[in-house]
Formats: sequence, C-alpha cells, structure tokens
Amino acid sequence: MTHAWIQSFIFLGLVLAIAVPLGPFIAKVLAGERTFLHPVLGPVERGLYRLMGIRGDEDMGWKAYAWAIAAFNLLGIAAVFLLQKAQGALPLNPEGMGKVATDLSFNTAVSFTTNTNWQAYGGESTLSYLTQMLGLTVQNFLSAATGIVVVVALIRGLMRRSALGIGNAWADLVRTTLYVLLPLSAIIALLLVSQGTLQTFAASVKTTSGQVLAMGPAASQVAIKMLGTNGGGFFNANSAHPFENPTGLSNLIHMVAIFSIPAALCLAFGTMAKDRRQGWAVMAAMAVIFVAALSVTTWAEAKGNPGLKGLPVNQMVSTEQGGGNMEGKEVRFGAANASLFATITTSASCGAVIAWHDSFTPLGGLVPLWLMQLGEVVFGGVGSGLYGMLLFALVGVFIGGLMVGRTPEYLGKKIEAFEMKMASIAILLPSAAILIGTAVAVLHAPAVASISNPGPHGFTQVLYAFSSATQNNGSAFGGLSVNTPFYNYGLALCMLVGRFGVILPVLAIAGSLARKKYTPESVGTLPTHTPLFVGVLVGVVLLIGALTYLPALALGPLAEHLTLR
Amino acid sequence: MNLQLRPALVAFLGLTVITGLAYPALITGLSKVIFPRQAEGSLIRKEGNVLGSELIGQSFTDAAHFWGRPSVTVGPDGKPLPYNGANSGGSNQAPSNPALKQAVEERIAALRAADPEQQGPIPVDLVTASASGLDPHISPAAAEYQVHRVAKARNLPEAQVRDLVRQHTEGPQFGVLGDATVNVLKLNLALDQAK
Repeated sequence: MTHAWIQSFIFLGLVLAIAVPLGPFIAKVLAGERTFLHPVLGPVERGLYRLMGIRGDEDMGWKAYAWAIAAFNLLGIAAVFLLQKAQGALPLNPEGMGKVATDLSFNTAVSFTTNTNWQAYGGESTLSYLTQMLGLTVQNFLSAATGIVVVVALIRGLMRRSALGIGNAWADLVRTTLYVLLPLSAIIALLLVSQGTLQTFAASVKTTSGQVLAMGPAASQVAIKMLGTNGGGFFNANSAHPFENPTGLSNLIHMVAIFSIPAALCLAFGTMAKDRRQGWAVMAAMAVIFVAALSVTTWAEAKGNPGLKGLPVNQMVSTEQGGGNMEGKEVRFGAANASLFATITTSASCGAVIAWHDSFTPLGGLVPLWLMQLGEVVFGGVGSGLYGMLLFALVGVFIGGLMVGRTPEYLGKKIEAFEMKMASIAILLPSAAILIGTAVAVLHAPAVASISNPGPHGFTQVLYAFSSATQNNGSAFGGLSVNTPFYNYGLALCMLVGRFGVILPVLAIAGSLARKKYTPESVGTLPTHTPLFVGVLVGVVLLIGALTYLPALALGPLAEHLTLR
Repeated sequence: MNLQLRPALVAFLGLTVITGLAYPALITGLSKVIFPRQAEGSLIRKEGNVLGSELIGQSFTDAAHFWGRPSVTVGPDGKPLPYNGANSGGSNQAPSNPALKQAVEERIAALRAADPEQQGPIPVDLVTASASGLDPHISPAAAEYQVHRVAKARNLPEAQVRDLVRQHTEGPQFGVLGDATVNVLKLNLALDQAK
C-alpha cells in the first residue's frame, strides 16, 4: 500500500507543479496578452483572423457566443461523420478499412465532438489513420478548446460589471488551441514516443510467429486525448495497450496530463478573479473528494477478487507480484496504478483506461461510476469540470444565503432567480438523462440482451454506460455490447444533452452575470475562499450526488458487493 | 441574426489542418529522427525478420517456454486468437461472474497439468486475463512459479533458468513507477539461445 501512496503523491505533486505556472499562463492567453509563444504562433493567429474576417477583441453577447460554439461543434460532428463514411476512398488507409455503419458513425461523431470519446468500435479494426487524425485528433483538440472557452466566458461574466459581452468565441477557440493545447500536446507526444508509444504511418507488421501488430500515428493522438480529457483510445484497449502506454513513466505522463489543465484552470480562475484564494478554495474542494475516492478504490482493488476465494490463487500484494484484483489489468501498472488511473479518469471527464472497470470489484467500480455521476466536477473535464463546480458554488452560496436570509452573492455578483434556474437546469438535465436512459434501457429487451455479466452487475453495466455518455466521460463497463442502434443513437442523444444542456445554461448565466453591477462585500456576505465554504461546496456536491443516485447504486454495485462478500 | 458562417468555416478548417495534419506530421517527423526505434513499435529483428515487439506479448503454451498472461483477444472471425495484435481487448468479466471463476479454474488446471509437481498457490496474474490481451509481462512471482517446469522440459538446471529470469526482471521504473515485471517474449528468446 505504501507503494501505491508514494505513486499517488508523486502524481499530485507533479500536477500542482504544472498547474501553478500553467494557470496564470492560460489566463494571460485568454486575455489576449502576448506570451513567449507569440513570435512563432502569433502570425498563425492573425492569419486565421484575417481569413475569418474578424477582430480578436470584438465582444460577443452570450447568445452570439453560444451560437458560435454550437456552429463550430456542428461542423465537427458533420466532419467526423463524413470522414468515417468516406474513409474507404481516402488516403492513409493502409489496412483498407471500409466505411463505417451509419449509427456507429453518428455515435462516434457526437462522442468525439462532445469531449466524451465513448467508443462503440475498436480503433485498430475500424478506422483508417486519416479518420483517426483528421477526424478524431482534431476533435480531441477542438472539444477541449470548447470546454475551456466556456468556463473562461463564465469567469468573465462573474468579473465584468454592467457589460454586454463575454468575450469573442472565435478568438478564444483559436488562442486556446494554438497557445495552450498544441504546444503541450507536442511535448507530451514526444515524451510518450520516447517510452515506446507508436508514431508511424506504416502499415501493420507481421512477425515470424504470424502475429499481426497494428500500427499507426498513435502518440500525437494519445497526447491530446489525455491533455484534453478526451480519453478515446487509438486502439481498442485504450491506454492499457502497450503501444499507447508502454511504461510506468508513460503512465505517469498520462495521468498528470489528465489533471494538468483542470487544475490549472482553477488557478486561472483565481488569477482572473484577482483573488487567488478563490481558485485555491475550489481546488481544495476538488482535492478533498479526490483523495477520499482514491482511498476507497485503491483499498478495494488491492484486496483482490473475493469471488476467487477458495481457489489456489495468491492475490497478495508483495514485491514479487503486484497482486490484487488482476483481471483486466496489466502487470506493468498493477492494481495500484489501475486504481489511481481509474479515479483520475472518472474524476476528470477523460475516460481513458488502463484497466477494464467492468472487472473491478463492486466497490472499486462504484467509485468511478459515482464520480462521473457527481458531474465530473472533481477537477473534471477541461473547462467542464470548473464550470460544473462553479454551478455547485452558486448553489452553495444560494443555500448559504437562505440560511442567513440574505440575497446570495458570488464574487460580488448577486445570484438571483435566473441564475438559480439555469444552474438547476444544468445540474438536473444530465441526472434525468442518466436515470431515464437507464430505466428505458432495462425495459427494452434488445438493450438488455447487450448485457454480458449476470446479476446486479448487469444493471451496473447499463447505468455506467448512461452515466459515462451523459457526463461526457467515455469510459465503459466494456462487456456491454453497445454497437447496436439503440445504444448508438440513445447514448449519442445523452452525450448531446450532457454537453450542450450544460454549456447553454452556463453561457446564459455568464451573460446575465456580466450585465450586473458589482455589489460590495458586507457583513452578510458568505466569504467564498474559506475552509467553511470548501466544506459547503463538498457538501453540496456529495449531497446532490447521493440523493440523486443512491437508489440506482443500491440496485447495482452495492447489491453486488453484498452478494460477493 | 448573424450566422457567423465565414468565421465558423474558416476556424474549423484552419484548425483542422493545423491539428489534424500539420501536428501529427510534425510529431511523426520528429519521432523518426529522435526515437526511430520506439516510434515504429520497438521491434525485435533478426536477420531482417521481425520476431515481435518487445512491448507486445506473444502466445506460449508449451512446457519449455514461459507462459504469459491469459489473453482473451479474438480474431477477425470472432473466434479466440490469443495475443492478436490487431484486435486488443480484455474479458470484461465481473468479479461476480461465474464464468470468470470457471475460466480461472481452467487456467489453474492447465498449469497444474503442465507441472503436477508444482502445487503452491498460483500468482494471480498468471490466471487472470490482461486488459490489452497483449500484456508483455508477468510478475517475478509468476515467472518463479514456472521455473521448475521450464527447467525440466529443457533439461536445464533450475539455477540456470532462474538466473535468466533474474536477468529479465525489471523493478518498478525509477524504483517507484508501476510494478516489477518479467518480459516473457525476451525471456523466451533468451532461453532458446541458451544451451
């Protein structure tokens, strides 16, 4: 166990070390200020603006901003869909992959555009290199940029006074992609290649023993897949595949990349709010939930599979073997890293995996499932984690305001009926999609036929699928056969609801807050940088999560745990 | 309402070219120069032939070689094809699934049949399917468990086989990252060389 905790501390230390400089850097980039990258990338940025016919400093109201985001994402869906349909006739297809079925193409297009990266296909057996690069890698970047600009727009809304605009969506998207995502991805990709991650356009290789080794330009995609909390594997086995994630170091890079931007955005928030304590308070709330969740998963997986009791199998953790629950895990990572990775990937909306969550122990699997259901606000997806957490902060100050009988305020802005309505919609819509989707699926015979594990675990497979899709995570209880029209269309719908059903209310709140005047602090103001507020925030997240999902969790992982002890 | 079609199209196409063509091409070019071996799959070659990749496990089922993790990958026809490098994946069996227990029991029986004298408890990684189906490693304990069988099948002293295992055992990277491993393919290739 010590070994597991040392690795966790190294991980958290590195995330912090990167977030501290990266946060203010992101704030600077999105304020349109010059950075050390401008001599190289500045001309590209200005060239794009000229072609687009825009000025970078032109402000947009929230509706224009929202439409820009929607149009940009619709183009993404269309492009990924068409690429899959046409890949057979396009270049960079050494394995001769044919066109993809319509329901699957649609699912994948929505999935990658909404930052979900749910995969109802196996990469190496379905997609050409061109589709992976020009379709999926691109959406890995652009969906990440979308998340980041939305949270930045929300923070601007909080900070601006009596203003009509919340920034320029096009400039925000271009700047985020060029100055933040692209350089970091390039560094990560090269680090991964140094460890053995593939990066080649060559066709598959056949060995003397007859084994066929799938190849491809993996590292460039894997880098942004982690950094942008996308999570869609180049190969079917995702980051468990040795060609994506070959060593302990590559795995550490994977994990740190997932949390870097979400953690940095908390600090960017503090920078933009001109009060760093605000950013640290939000991050502290995230860290508390993360460490608690990690403890449970690590403990559950290290104990091994209780179902193998009575067999002559040694599941003990020792220096001679990683031990623990090893079904669906890799020896080079062991159960400890698998638990850490699973907690990270579902705290964030990443969804990459180095082990199959379906084979986790009931409690080990419950944690990732519940972390997604909480709304992925524990660091969360790039941008989406922080805007999700800020929604909970609004609910928190609202409840605090009710207690003392004052109009709630956050960062000097009065939180009133409109903001609370929008925040409620953004929190309730995904919950409804998850629970209603699951209910419909378990009443629909063909959907039930997709279940691969008997008993309560089968129900958990379906619940996990709808939770993962709606919250734009993308990890799966992979035994569920989801490449069917029901799941392909149903889950795609959930992804859209979970993405834009939150983004639109968030931008509406941003627009409404920007128009408001600044209200100076008074004795009745609940300070939002104190340990007390951190406690309120954690309480709100856990309470809403528990009230909404405990009944469903009782039918799935909790029931399985009780039958398996 | 201003539909912003021109900025939308230009932003989308421009960023697509940058992130979907220029960026992967740049990384591929740099990788080819700096890390050519790793970028192309860390292949093990002998006299122009590719024996395998040191990162990808292969299927060994005879007594004279070390066995890797059980692999549940399937071939293009949907039938079992362990260590299929063109279709990675795991079992996704739940801990509560009776089929998992049955599979583990069968693997135990196969190991026992291959070496009836070895009756100790079996390291868990040797009887559970890996995530990728391509796991190149087993734990040092899982290698030690097989030393007796391999030595006997090859008429080699156990000490010599154990020595080879030790040479192919790697601790956690930098002493902390991940778990200790034995690379099965490299170990078996070394065994075939040994006399």
